[in-house]
Amino acid sequence: MRFFEYEAREIVKRAGIPVTDFGFTTDAAEARTIAERIGGPTVIKSQVLTGGRMKAGGVKFADTPEQAEAHAADILELEINGHMPRGVLVDPKADVKQEYYAGVVWDGTAKKPVILFSDMGGIDIEEVAEQHPDHVGRVHISNLLPISDYQAKECIAQTGVTGRALQRLTPIVRSLAQLFVDNDMVLAEINPLCEMKDGTFVALDAHMDMESEARGRHKGLLKDLGVGDDETRLAREPTDFELAGEEVDGADHRGVAGNVTEFDGNIGLVIGAGGGSLTLFDAVRAHGGEPANYCEIGGNPSVHKACGLAKLVLTKPGVDKIAVMMSIVSNTRVDIVARGVIKACLELGFDPAEKIAIFRIPGAWEEEGFKILEKYGIEYADRSVSMHEAARRAVVKITGPDAVAAAAEAGS
Amino acid sequence: MSILIGADTTFIVQGITGREAVNLTRECLDYGAGAKIVGGVTPGRKGRDVHGVPVYDTVAQCVEAHGGPIDGSVVTVPPAFTKDAVFEAIENAVKLIVVVTERIPRRDVAQMVELANMRGARIIGPNCLGVIVPDVVKMGGIGGPAKNAAQAYSAGPIGVISRSGGMTTEMSSTLTAAGLGQSTAVSIGGDAIIGSTYAELMPFFEADEQTEGIVIYTEPGGRMEAELSQWVVDNDCRMPIVAFMAGRFMDEMPGMSFGHAGTIVEGKEDTAAEKIARLADAGITVAEEISEIPEIMKSKLAAHVEHKPPPGVSVPAWVRGGSPL
Amino acid sequence: MRTDGIFIGIEVDDEALASEPRLAGHLSQVCPVDIYSEPSDGELEIVQRNVDECVLCRLCLEIAHLEVGENAVRVIKIYDGGAALE
Repeated sequence: MRFFEYEAREIVKRAGIPVTDFGFTTDAAEARTIAERIGGPTVIKSQVLTGGRMKAGGVKFADTPEQAEAHAADILELEINGHMPRGVLVDPKADVKQEYYAGVVWDGTAKKPVILFSDMGGIDIEEVAEQHPDHVGRVHISNLLPISDYQAKECIAQTGVTGRALQRLTPIVRSLAQLFVDNDMVLAEINPLCEMKDGTFVALDAHMDMESEARGRHKGLLKDLGVGDDETRLAREPTDFELAGEEVDGADHRGVAGNVTEFDGNIGLVIGAGGGSLTLFDAVRAHGGEPANYCEIGGNPSVHKACGLAKLVLTKPGVDKIAVMMSIVSNTRVDIVARGVIKACLELGFDPAEKIAIFRIPGAWEEEGFKILEKYGIEYADRSVSMHEAARRAVVKITGPDAVAAAAEAGS
Repeated sequence: MSILIGADTTFIVQGITGREAVNLTRECLDYGAGAKIVGGVTPGRKGRDVHGVPVYDTVAQCVEAHGGPIDGSVVTVPPAFTKDAVFEAIENAVKLIVVVTERIPRRDVAQMVELANMRGARIIGPNCLGVIVPDVVKMGGIGGPAKNAAQAYSAGPIGVISRSGGMTTEMSSTLTAAGLGQSTAVSIGGDAIIGSTYAELMPFFEADEQTEGIVIYTEPGGRMEAELSQWVVDNDCRMPIVAFMAGRFMDEMPGMSFGHAGTIVEGKEDTAAEKIARLADAGITVAEEISEIPEIMKSKLAAHVEHKPPPGVSVPAWVRGGSPL
Repeated sequence: MRTDGIFIGIEVDDEALASEPRLAGHLSQVCPVDIYSEPSDGELEIVQRNVDECVLCRLCLEIAHLEVGENAVRVIKIYDGGAALE
């Protein structure tokens, strides 16, 4: 879960790392008050969870509090990449002597956090790593042993930084590593980390991303920052359709109808589970089909839940038919899912044989499941029909054979 | 032979009285020759039994009752208690730990793995279905009830490694239908950090005489496939590998996670396209569809046997032109 | 009494219910999907909205068989030509 810059800076500050005397507000008049308190030129920064803020005009410099108010008013109205700002951050304009980068991320191969440091701050670290590898220091930290100053020092020293800067940067980088671990972060980044003209070291911007699974053990911090329990902070805000999907999943504790995601196409999908859904979604697209949605059913859902999901997909504008497909199931039951999707059709006043383009779920309780499907005249497939073939049949039926032929042509 | 487990492997189930654990215990006892589940742990439930398996309060009590070291443990406790349960198993000299639990914070997983490395133990998972040696034994929910597992899995020369539990079964079933049985199939888990990656399991398969080829299921997210490619090149891998990559659509959706927690595309190297290129560089064929896997594997095996017969391995009948079934 | 969903029908023999007062309670206890509820007046009720959730586990058949005798409870697979679960 990503944090806004003003929150990330607050987290950095709590870890004992020096920050500027910034202020956050959702109100232009208050931006002026903050600028007056700062008493000098300021920077007004849009608080959005998306990149490209500078280019979009979401960062502006103000010489006077009046200007700060005017800029804040503009920025508060400015949509960036589809995101409206949460508010603005008012920051003293910095007198920077040197910019550094400090970050901590997970290294999945080493299975340890890795501290990254560069003396070329203020730009994208991946770019620095590619073009100036000798300007990036890397040190892994143990998951079991306490973090120690020497690890930060080694990382900084790898880039050739020495003298007073090394001395002053070491505790900052160490504290960053500590806050990464203490707060279950998946990314903790200070960029730029600045040496000011007056010789002080200050975190000028910060990015923090907390692991969603760990939110439960940081309730205090999240409450202090004012992060609501329902804020998912995904890369894009959930649509009404997706919220309705969450409702279907939450209404019944049995099984999962998860990750309901809206797409623009016409092929309604009731698919599962994790890997099966990824495979089937790809397969539909590979055959020229355009899915109306993504989802993951699994964990042995009830008839009620399968029915709720199928109804949601069937009533999505533009959807005429659904394809019900999974990889071989061993926990989820074929007959229960069959009942659920048929029930959805019947309750909506549809003929299941007409609305269900194909049903391909082999596995547990398939004998019973296939009996049900036969009774309603639904086209179904057992494990001898591959997931890709099932997806192809769905596209032929829903979009038409021409789409499949065109896709085959393009693919060959 | 097989890797990681065999007919004689003893194991316990931590969290054995939970709903899923009760099912999993039944399934493992029923499958193949019947798993040697020597005990279960649920704190406060000592003295009960689950399908005839005695329940204890601690792993130490299991070890004591068993009268010697226990090989493995299946851990199915809630996420908040998983780290503690795994530490308990490791510190009681358990060497193979299958972690079924989902939604464990990465830091906890990393701590478990680091302790396991220090003690010479191995973790499979988390968020996995475990390990199956067809017709012999299964450790975890992999394949489901014994009857279903027997339908999908069959003994043979292919090692299967998969980031998706369900797709382990789908791919093995496809192999089985084509007459290619499996030596061992491992569901390694779908999280960003897992106990055993492809590359970490490869030495086991490489050393296993029964295994002649490897099939992997993979997804976007992480660097695990790059690590495998490197391993294959560095170790001059004796076996052909065929991969299937799901979730290609995610390349267009950076920052979103589908399927499993570990799938998020955070950088260029995490994308399906990049991974496919890396795998191909190492000579690993990436199948477009699962149904193509058996044929690709058969032709690779045939070419492979011709050029480099592995010592001590007889040429399978179907390579010489016989029917696989 | 008999209550039908779309896929499943549940039939409980009224005489059996009357002959064994504990049966109603036991049915509601064993059913994993809450098809049987026991209202406060002790009379059994079949919960219409849960009938189609039946997982064919046979627990209700077994308990009824044990306490009353065969066919005291029948689970009908409507989708299978009205075949009773054995």
